[in-house]
Amino acid sequence: MEPARQAILERIRSAHALRSATGRHDSGASYDAISRAYQRAGSLQNTERVELFEHRLKEYDAGVHSASTEKIADAVKEILANRGRRNMVAPSGLPAAWLPEGFTFTLGDGITANDLDHFDGVLTGCTLAIALTGSIVLQSGAGQGPRRLSLIPDYHLCVVLAEQIVETVSEAFDRLGPTATLPTTFISGPSATADIEMTRIKGVHGPRFLDVLIVQDKNRIG
Amino acid sequence: MNTEKNFRGQRHPDFPVAAKELLQDVQLRQNVRHATDVITAKRAHVVDEMQDWQTLRDAGSAVRQNALDHLDRYLTQFEEACIRAGGQVHWAIDAAEANRIAIELVQAHAAKEVIKIKSMTTEEIGLNDALAQVGIHAHETDLAELIIQLGKDKPSHIVAPALHKNRQQVRAIFQREMELPELGDRPEDLTEAARVFLREKFLRIPVAISGANFLVAETGGVCIVESEGNGRMCLTLPRVLIAIAGIEKVIPKFRDLEVFLQTLPRSATGERMNPYNSLWTGVYPGDGPQEFHVILLDNGRSEILGDAEARQTLKCIRCGACQNACPVYRQTGGHAYGSVYAGPIGAILTPQLDRFRQSASLPYASSLCGACYEVCPVKINIPEVLIHLRGQIVREEQETFAGKIGPWNVGMQIAASLFASGDRLALAQYLGRIGQKPFVASSGFIEHLPFQLGGWTQTRDLAPLPAQSFRQWWAQREKTAENSTHTKAGGQS
Ligand code: SF4
Repeated sequence: MEPARQAILERIRSAHALRSATGRHDSGASYDAISRAYQRAGSLQNTERVELFEHRLKEYDAGVHSASTEKIADAVKEILANRGRRNMVAPSGLPAAWLPEGFTFTLGDGITANDLDHFDGVLTGCTLAIALTGSIVLQSGAGQGPRRLSLIPDYHLCVVLAEQIVETVSEAFDRLGPTATLPTTFISGPSATADIEMTRIKGVHGPRFLDVLIVQDKNRIG
Repeated sequence: MNTEKNFRGQRHPDFPVAAKELLQDVQLRQNVRHATDVITAKRAHVVDEMQDWQTLRDAGSAVRQNALDHLDRYLTQFEEACIRAGGQVHWAIDAAEANRIAIELVQAHAAKEVIKIKSMTTEEIGLNDALAQVGIHAHETDLAELIIQLGKDKPSHIVAPALHKNRQQVRAIFQREMELPELGDRPEDLTEAARVFLREKFLRIPVAISGANFLVAETGGVCIVESEGNGRMCLTLPRVLIAIAGIEKVIPKFRDLEVFLQTLPRSATGERMNPYNSLWTGVYPGDGPQEFHVILLDNGRSEILGDAEARQTLKCIRCGACQNACPVYRQTGGHAYGSVYAGPIGAILTPQLDRFRQSASLPYASSLCGACYEVCPVKINIPEVLIHLRGQIVREEQETFAGKIGPWNVGMQIAASLFASGDRLALAQYLGRIGQKPFVASSGFIEHLPFQLGGWTQTRDLAPLPAQSFRQWWAQREKTAENSTHTKAGGQS
C-alpha cells in the first residue's frame, strides 16, 4: 500500500511542477483569499424565521406542530395519539418533562438494529435546524442518540426549540464547527425517492413519516 | 447492443454508432426527455430563488480549485485526521489496485455478500464484477441501482441512473426478480417492494461499500448526500464500512460544506436539500461501523492535474446538472456515451481517465452550446475543455503514420495550403463548383456527399457552393461601384 501512496503523491507533485514549468500555472486564490460573497448571515426576524422553517417542512410533506415549553408533553401526546403510535423508543438524555403518560418510551441507545425494527416510532431532540432548507440536524449524543435510532423506526417525531433554528446553511456550519467530528445527519423531510418517473415518493428506507414539534414561547422575545 | 464500460478494457461502440441505435428506441427517448424536463424545471425553480447563486458558484469553484492546487497537502491532512479518528486509509493507483484492496478487506471478514450505496467511482472501477469474480455478491441498495442491477442494465444518469425505465418496466423487473406476481405498478407499490426486499439485507449483511461526496481534509470527515435512507442504512448498520473515493473528492475545511450542501442538492435533484446528508469521522464508539476504511483512488486523475486547460474537470461534484441541460444527452440518454460518466461531464472526464483509448469520439458528442457551463455549480468551462481535448485527439492522430496519411489529415493539409494562397483557393472553388454539380439535389441542397465526406451529410444538408464566391462578388462589386454610384450592396446570387 505504501508504494501506491508514494507514487500518487509524487504524480500529484510532478503535475503541479509541470504546470508551473510550462508557465501554465493557473492556480487560484489562496484559501483565505477565497471570496465568500454569498449570504452567510440570515436577515429574518425570529417569527419570520420560524415561519419559513414551517413552510419548508410542509413542502417536504413533514407534519408541523407547535407548543410552548410547558406544553411539550401535551403536544407530544396529541401528535402520537393522532398517529396511533404507542410503543416508542427514545435516546438517553431526553428531558423527562417531554414524555407524556400513557405511552411507553424505551431507552434506545443500546438496542440493536433488529430490535429497533419492532417499535412504532422514535422521539428525539436535535442539535439545530435550518429554516432556509427545512432541515433538522442530529448529532450523536444526549437527546439524539446513535444514528440508527432515528433511522430504523418508520416514524420520527423531532422536537425543535425555536432558538435552535438558524436561517442559513452557513449559520448552521458556524454552530456545528466545534462538534464537527461527531456523527451528523441532516434530515430534510421524510425519506424519499424520485427514481421512478421522477415522482417524489415518500419513504423508502428511512422513516416514512416525520413530525416536527417546534417549541416557542410567544411571550418571550428571543 | 454492447455498451460495456470502457474502463474495464471491453469493447464498446463509438458514440455515433451507439447514439444512432438508441435514437431509435422511442420509449427510452420519451423517458429520458420526461425525466430531464422534470429535473430541469425543479432546478430552475430552486436556483432562481437564490439571490446569491452566482456568488455560491464562484465560491464553490474557488474552493475546488484551491483543493486541486494543494491536493497532495490536503490528502495527507485528510489521511492523518481520519487515522487519528480511528479510520484506516488505503491508496490505489488504478482500478485493479482499488478492487484488490476492497476484496481483501471483504474477505478478511469472510463475507460473501456486501451492501452498496450508489457510487460512480465504484462503477468506474467495475467493483461489482471484480467482487463477483471472487464469489462476493454486491447488493445495490439505491432504488434506481436496484432496478438496474435486477434488470441487468446499465446506469444512464449520474443522479437518476434508472431514468430510462418507466414504472411498467420497473414492475416487470421486480415481479420477476423478487417473485411478486401480484405487484402493482404505482410508484408507491414499487418502493414498498424495494423497502421490504432490502431491509432484510441491511439488517443481516456486515460489510458495506460506499463512495463519498466529499472528504474533509481538516477533520478527516466524510460526507454522503442521498435521498432514500439506504445510504444511512449502509453507513450505520454494518460492522465494517469501506468508502472508495477519487483523490479529487477532498475539500479543505469543514465549513466549505456550507457551499456545496447548498449548490449540490439544488443542482442535482432540484431540491433545497436532499432528504439525508450523512457526515462522520473515522469510528465513533457505539454509533456506526466500528471498522472504517477509505480507499483513495487515483486511476488517471493525477495525470489530468498536470493539464492546465483540462484540470478543471476535476472540480466536478457529480451533480448531473450538465446532463439535464445538454441537448445531445436529452436526445440520446446516457447509454450512448458507452461510459460510466455520461453527458457533458462524461464527454470530458471519460476520455481523460482512459487516455482516449476507447472514448476518443466523446469530445465530439457536443454541440458546444454552452448550456452545461451555465448550470455547472463549480463553473467548469466544459466547452473549453472539449475543444482542448479535440485538439489533443487530432494532434495525437497526426503523430501516427495512419493518422498522417488518413483522409482527415490529408484534407486538413490540403485545406491549409489552399487557404494560404488566394489564387489556389480561387482555383479550388472553381473546380468545386463544377465538381459538386452531380450532388446538388432538386431541393438546391447537397443531401449526400460521396465517400468519407458522407458523415457530414448523414444528419444535415449542405448548401452548395454559390455560383459566385465572396472574392468574385467583391471584385465585381467594386467594378460595378466604379460604373454606378447608386448600386446597392445587395446579397450574392
Ligand atoms: S461538470 Fe458541473 S454540472 Fe456537470 S456534473 Fe460536474 S459539477 Fe455538475
